[in-house]
Amino acid sequence: MLHMFKWKTDEFSWVDFTIDVLRILIVLAIVVGSWNTLSEGRISFAQWVNLFIAGLSQGSIYALIALGYTLVYGILLMINFAHGEVFMAGAFSTVFLAEALNRTGFLNQSPVLAILLMILFAGLVSMTVAILLERIAYRPLRGSPRLVPLITAIGASFFLQYTFRGLYGSGFKAYPQVKILQGALQIGSINIPTVQIFVFVSALVLMFGLYWLVERSRIGKAMRAVSENKEVARLMGIDIDWVILFTFGVGGFLAGSAGVINGMFRPQGVNFFMGFIPGIKAFTAAVLGGIGNIPGAMLGGLFLGVIEAIGPNLVLAGLGIPGANQLKDVIAFTMLVLVLIFRPQGILGERLSEKKA
Amino acid sequence: MKKTIASFILLSLVSVLWSPVSAQDACTDNLGCVIVAEDEPIVIGAMLVQSGAVTYLGDDSLGGVELAIMDRNGELMGREIELVLEDSLCSAEGGQAAAQRLSADPTMIGAIGTNCSSAAQGAMPIISDAGMVMIAPSNTSPSLTNEDVASGGSHLPGYFRTSHNGLVEGMRNAEFAIHVLGTSKLATVHDGDPYTEGLARVVADTFAELGGEVVFEGAVNKGDTDMASILTEIAVYQPDIAYVPLFEPEVNFFAAQMQHIAGLEDTVIIGGGASFVAGFPENTGEAAIGIFVSGPLVTGEAYEQLLVRWEEEYGSSPPSGYHAHAYDATNLLLNAVETVAVAGDDGSLIIGRQAIRDAIAATENYPGLTGSLTCQEESPFAGDCAPGTALAMFEITEAEVYDDNWPPPVFWSFSENVSE
Amino acid sequence: MDLSQSRTRQAIITLGLLSGALILFTGAVGMIAAFHEREVVNDFITLGQLVLLITPFIFGYTAANRLGMTGESPTSVIGGGIIIGLLTTLPTTLLLLFNSDEFRFLLDWSLRLAPFVVATAIAWRLHRQNVETFTLIGSWLLAAVLIGIVTFSLALIFEVKGELRSVLVNINRDWVEVVTFDNRKDLMRGIFVFSLASAVAGFVGSLCYYVPRTPRRAMFYGLSVTLLVGAFGETVRLVLQENLERDTLNQLFRRDTLRQNAALGLLVVSTVIGYLWAAFGDRARQGFQNLGGQQRQTTQMIGTVLFVAVLLMLPWLIGRTLSDVAVTIGLFVLMGLGLNIAIGLAGLLDLGYVTNYAVGAYILAVMTSIGPLGLMKGTFSFWMVIPIALLAAMFAGFIFAVPVLRMRGDYLAIATLGFGEIIGKLAISDWLKPLIGGAQGVQAIPKPIFLGTELRNPEQLYYIVLVACLVTLFVSIRLNNSRTGRQWMAIREDEDVATAMGIDTARAKLLAFTLSAATGGVAGAIFAAKVGSVFPNSFTVFISINVLSLIIVGGIASNPGIVVGAVVLIGLPELLREFSDFRFLLYGALLIMMMINRPQGLIPTKIVTHEMRAGVKAKVAAGD
Repeated sequence: MLHMFKWKTDEFSWVDFTIDVLRILIVLAIVVGSWNTLSEGRISFAQWVNLFIAGLSQGSIYALIALGYTLVYGILLMINFAHGEVFMAGAFSTVFLAEALNRTGFLNQSPVLAILLMILFAGLVSMTVAILLERIAYRPLRGSPRLVPLITAIGASFFLQYTFRGLYGSGFKAYPQVKILQGALQIGSINIPTVQIFVFVSALVLMFGLYWLVERSRIGKAMRAVSENKEVARLMGIDIDWVILFTFGVGGFLAGSAGVINGMFRPQGVNFFMGFIPGIKAFTAAVLGGIGNIPGAMLGGLFLGVIEAIGPNLVLAGLGIPGANQLKDVIAFTMLVLVLIFRPQGILGERLSEKKA
Repeated sequence: MKKTIASFILLSLVSVLWSPVSAQDACTDNLGCVIVAEDEPIVIGAMLVQSGAVTYLGDDSLGGVELAIMDRNGELMGREIELVLEDSLCSAEGGQAAAQRLSADPTMIGAIGTNCSSAAQGAMPIISDAGMVMIAPSNTSPSLTNEDVASGGSHLPGYFRTSHNGLVEGMRNAEFAIHVLGTSKLATVHDGDPYTEGLARVVADTFAELGGEVVFEGAVNKGDTDMASILTEIAVYQPDIAYVPLFEPEVNFFAAQMQHIAGLEDTVIIGGGASFVAGFPENTGEAAIGIFVSGPLVTGEAYEQLLVRWEEEYGSSPPSGYHAHAYDATNLLLNAVETVAVAGDDGSLIIGRQAIRDAIAATENYPGLTGSLTCQEESPFAGDCAPGTALAMFEITEAEVYDDNWPPPVFWSFSENVSE
Repeated sequence: MDLSQSRTRQAIITLGLLSGALILFTGAVGMIAAFHEREVVNDFITLGQLVLLITPFIFGYTAANRLGMTGESPTSVIGGGIIIGLLTTLPTTLLLLFNSDEFRFLLDWSLRLAPFVVATAIAWRLHRQNVETFTLIGSWLLAAVLIGIVTFSLALIFEVKGELRSVLVNINRDWVEVVTFDNRKDLMRGIFVFSLASAVAGFVGSLCYYVPRTPRRAMFYGLSVTLLVGAFGETVRLVLQENLERDTLNQLFRRDTLRQNAALGLLVVSTVIGYLWAAFGDRARQGFQNLGGQQRQTTQMIGTVLFVAVLLMLPWLIGRTLSDVAVTIGLFVLMGLGLNIAIGLAGLLDLGYVTNYAVGAYILAVMTSIGPLGLMKGTFSFWMVIPIALLAAMFAGFIFAVPVLRMRGDYLAIATLGFGEIIGKLAISDWLKPLIGGAQGVQAIPKPIFLGTELRNPEQLYYIVLVACLVTLFVSIRLNNSRTGRQWMAIREDEDVATAMGIDTARAKLLAFTLSAATGGVAGAIFAAKVGSVFPNSFTVFISINVLSLIIVGGIASNPGIVVGAVVLIGLPELLREFSDFRFLLYGALLIMMMINRPQGLIPTKIVTHEMRAGVKAKVAAGD
């Protein structure tokens, strides 16, 4: 029975052939679907642009969360499955602060200060959670087989979700609306909501902050050193534990601030479960861009956001599939597999390829 | 290990030798009886969702059940009422496991639950086999009260519900859109939940039957936050009505993001019972103003009192819209016990299982919080206790969004305008 | 030698505060109040109270052990126990005061002072490490500002929100009621009672250190058996219900709670057994070791026969409800054995195992359903469809394996995770609704019929699962020892080397995926028949996660480990249904603790233990 899978490997690779057929089929489906949609012209150019920009905003939130995955992966080669919950911790806790700020009227009197306070608060809360997670759950597991921390992280993910459910309850909450973010910028026939500009710009600022931190600062140098080779870094007098803790802290801070930015962009749906799906998406984005690679995570996030926003209407609707928007994850993951088939190490490639066995 | 094995074998031998003597001599019920001994409590169950993304639904129903029991001071016929809570999840296997648990208890009379229709599909065969009853506070799937297997029905005796059959709610909603609002183009959106999918389908079918045009039928996923993509697609068809029976938070996202989509300025949103929730207007913000929400026509004061009690007991407003149904369901069950229970010679209570079913089925014009309840027996409405007429359309105004007012004013009520 | 010694003091304070944090946490997430609803012994103690008392007891005992070892005097050991008991109440007491109207100002003041105090403490610590003054001031400022932001925000939230309860929903009346031991009206008295009870528990805990070893072990054994039986009352009652008459049962249990004399009896009996075991257990074990080869084999044989007998009789012993749990466990064992071929044997990290489960379930559903979606309208029986489901799942495994054959490690993981999601979304979609029912799923799936009997009860379905598990076990053991098994092992250890050695890695991997998928299909089919309806929301990523977790927790590539893992991770949460709100909280905590304390799994294979011990960065589990 085991012989039924035999084929000649030297002359003709059956696997490569199948993968090629698959590639062609997927690309064909995308091209045909898009062609049909575009030739029908039901959706106007302005609408496409709007979708694209909304996708960029959503993508920049994915990117901020994805950075946490990538930073930790870069240093520990570990998938911190609970990172989505770190995002939730900041977003969920800060919704109370936002309500309080709104009730006192401060939120709309000086929105810049208020949002800054919220971002700092959320960032610090998430940072605390991430640091505790590292200290309590992950540190004892250094050097154990890679699946062990993964299972721990899955456990931590459940633990955090239901802890926050216990603390704050299971109902949905929403961020209050900030008046200055309600308008829209009109460029020709294209209408860009102010809040999307805010999301994109603040995410960019945070990402450049991180980039500067990693590439230019002293601690960043230490982080890179640890991610290259822990032993050598230790010999150079770098405190590895501190660097790892710092990395988790930075990742947590970014996730927490992403929580507030997300709260401005998509104010509703704040509850204990809100981190799970963005977590998986951000993880996907990190892999898409090349895990362990900081610009890769940003690019992967933006790419995923745009694919999700445009994909269903462009490809699936064109193929005549009913309920196209229901299948947007199918598009996202098919794109992922396609990218990984073409470029097995992600769009920008992983930085630490030599580490992989 | 061996010790355990030995004791197991010993125990099983004991069980073979001591085959239980029938303690149900005084019972004439053809499904058997629950015998509640003198010092024992009256036991009812609850199969509600207690984990996962829709936990709030279970918490909401649980509050209704607990308040109904508390309103009787936790007692029935001089005995303590004991509530056994099982997590039925929101899946068929979860419902099955919960029902299996409850049915293992010989003193269990019946249960309130489940929340999700899928969980009911798993629970119903077990509950029915065990001779128990279940009264669901938030199932809407038409299949559950339909006895005809070939057309997709799955009803079994012992199943009741106080929530509205999706068929009724959907038909009423479509009639409202056509006759009252006078609209002609409809778009529907569901989220892959059996509840929302069923409702969207019934509304679309009825709308078309009544002469309207269904221009778009689409779906999103639970957990989606971005609705721009589907809204853009809907905008192509310029519908008058968007029927969106989604749950929180997807319904909030839908309503809030619709503001930014060109071409949908004149489209009116109608939400199903899932968005008849105190938190919905405030969470959605300004965009909620003008949305119609279908919900039970709750009879004023008693319900307000329930909300006050809720605030006292749990310190917040109910997380969803089915607590009143759960409250009514609990009362139906407890009332049936009260009607049926007979005192035995030794001070025990004898409660016939078939008699409980009959008593609930015989409920007529019971003045519940959700209207006047009458349980029907004819498929496709077998076990439906919710009054099809006690539905109303509520319009969300500024008061709900900014001033915590709840429930919103009734825009149109079906009881005054029965079409049948 | 006394409490003033800083090392001792620090150990006591750390343990005391840890214990206090635990009580605070369980209270804040609502566990204590919810557990209070559950009586362990009827009219005597509730689970909530038990948590409040057992925590200082355990920490008191741990501290006594630690201090006693280092040769502290009995006074300081026992004093330490009492202090731990008092410290345990400290955080909760503070929260009680913050929550009360009279002492609310304490909250405001602590939030105001916290930044300065904490920043100064940090600076003090740095100062002792001889940090420059400039850095010192800098860190003081930074810490003060950061903490200040948090405390200012918290103060603002509580100011606007009023009661603590409107943020922390479980800091409510019930909680106050439990932790003050029913003295909600008189807070001071409540705090006093709480502290006293906790101090006594800590005191008793530390006292236990001085009890000689054998009686102490007997006592702990007796206590834990009694308390576990009390806490898992429902499960125990379900088992007893099968084997005892109702009246007898009623004398032992009042509904799900142990009656007082039953508890006392159980305590005495289990303590005596514990004493015997503690006194003679070692000798018995030694005796077994000393037995001759022949006798030893006979004893082991008897053990095996007994084990098989129990396995066969299980449904009668544990009753319907627990048989249902056993069937669920069995399905996961089946999937675990299957996934183990990919992960354990071939080292392929597959996070999309749910795909096969879904394929099997839907195949069975549409082939056998007598509802509107049934293709065969009841002409195909369960037994005919099982092989079809198996082949279909293998085919699906094959199809999904091809594109990912070139991927490694985490890329493989995320791609397979994606496949799982794709299948879930397709199952729910409107697109495939005419075939598989979309959101409404497939209903009216008939139960299997065996020799004219309809197998509708879990007791009967148990045997189907048992047979399936045994067959899979056999195949997987044979596979492991086969040529292919060794090829997989080579790939798992190092793929590049395996290729260099002339192994056709693509073929071997494809085979691993395909074979691993087969049992998933069977498990899905049995699942569909068991539940009687199939809904798309049953096929989520959690299934894949659960199967993966049970393999790792049990011990990777270890067949007995998979069974134990399934019992722990699938069975325990089912039994914890009583604590439904906290099921997943406890599940998560369990996973974390298990991985920290036993990363090699509960029943590891020799090779994994060896690699872990040797400090080899085991690629066994690395997935690449």
